[in-house]
Amino acid sequence: MTALVDVVAVACLLAGALLCLTAGMGLLRFPDVLSRMHAGTKPQVLGVLLIMVGAAIRLHGWSASWMLLLVAAFQLLTAPVSAHMVSRVAYRRRHVRRDLLLVDELRSSGQDRLYRGDEPADAPPEEPGAALAESRERDEAP
Amino acid sequence: MTVEPAAKRLRHQLPLVVWLVLVWILLWGTWSWANLVSGLAVALGVLVLLPLPPVIGGVRLRPAALLAFVGHFVVDLFVSGAQVAWQAIGPGGVRRGAIVSVQLRVDSDLLLTMVAEAISLVPGSLVLDLDRERRRIAVHLLHARDEDDVARQKAAVLETEARIVRAFGSAEEIAALAEVAA
Repeated sequence: MTALVDVVAVACLLAGALLCLTAGMGLLRFPDVLSRMHAGTKPQVLGVLLIMVGAAIRLHGWSASWMLLLVAAFQLLTAPVSAHMVSRVAYRRRHVRRDLLLVDELRSSGQDRLYRGDEPADAPPEEPGAALAESRERDEAP
Repeated sequence: MTVEPAAKRLRHQLPLVVWLVLVWILLWGTWSWANLVSGLAVALGVLVLLPLPPVIGGVRLRPAALLAFVGHFVVDLFVSGAQVAWQAIGPGGVRRGAIVSVQLRVDSDLLLTMVAEAISLVPGSLVLDLDRERRRIAVHLLHARDEDDVARQKAAVLETEARIVRAFGSAEEIAALAEVAA
């Protein structure tokens, strides 16, 4: 019986650690901030949850389990919030690979009130062609 | 900000007090009267020093619907974790994403918050922006094959919302859900 419980605990711990590793690899391999945030939330949260489950099985005594439950709850609550904050800033500052987007309804629906002129100076222009034409006109004007 | 009468304010903050005391006791790890009393003192101190607007109101729990939501959520969590993990290590990597905006139907701060949190944890989606007045949520999709796939994932966002409303929402909110869908 204890052997079986130990096997389950080990499986949870290993799977959790592996998921956290893939979260880290996702951060490296994904092309832009928004997709990196996906890696930072989902496998990461699941990995932490599995590690908590494994630890709760392996550690005896309730006081440790309660603490692990709290860790899991706060991980579930806070990871989406921080990912949202980071990706919102990234979108507003145009750190978005638009060539990788199939559709961008935030922009095309006119709902986009996100561009408030607080983009960094080196942000790529929204429409490179139009921006180029505009700057040429400015150059040719007396 | 209007000043509420102390008794009413305390009643609004009661769920928060209970939650803070619970966290305190869980952090200590053992149950004792001393922990309860000190937890109450800390919770009241936090509420006096950092007053928050009341958020919990008009929320009911429906056990069956809650169970359905939690079940779906756990399955979704595993599926999305595995999916993103595979995309991170697999040979294909990420191809094309999409940013979509979805018209939500709930009109409650607490429920909107829960919807946004849940959407970030289910497969493929991440909340980018939430327009509180118009109840529109902007979601980044990690992987979108084509237009049909985008439509399918938008429907999944609405389904998540419907499950949360059925578990926590008031009767009017559930009725509003059906009204827009019809």
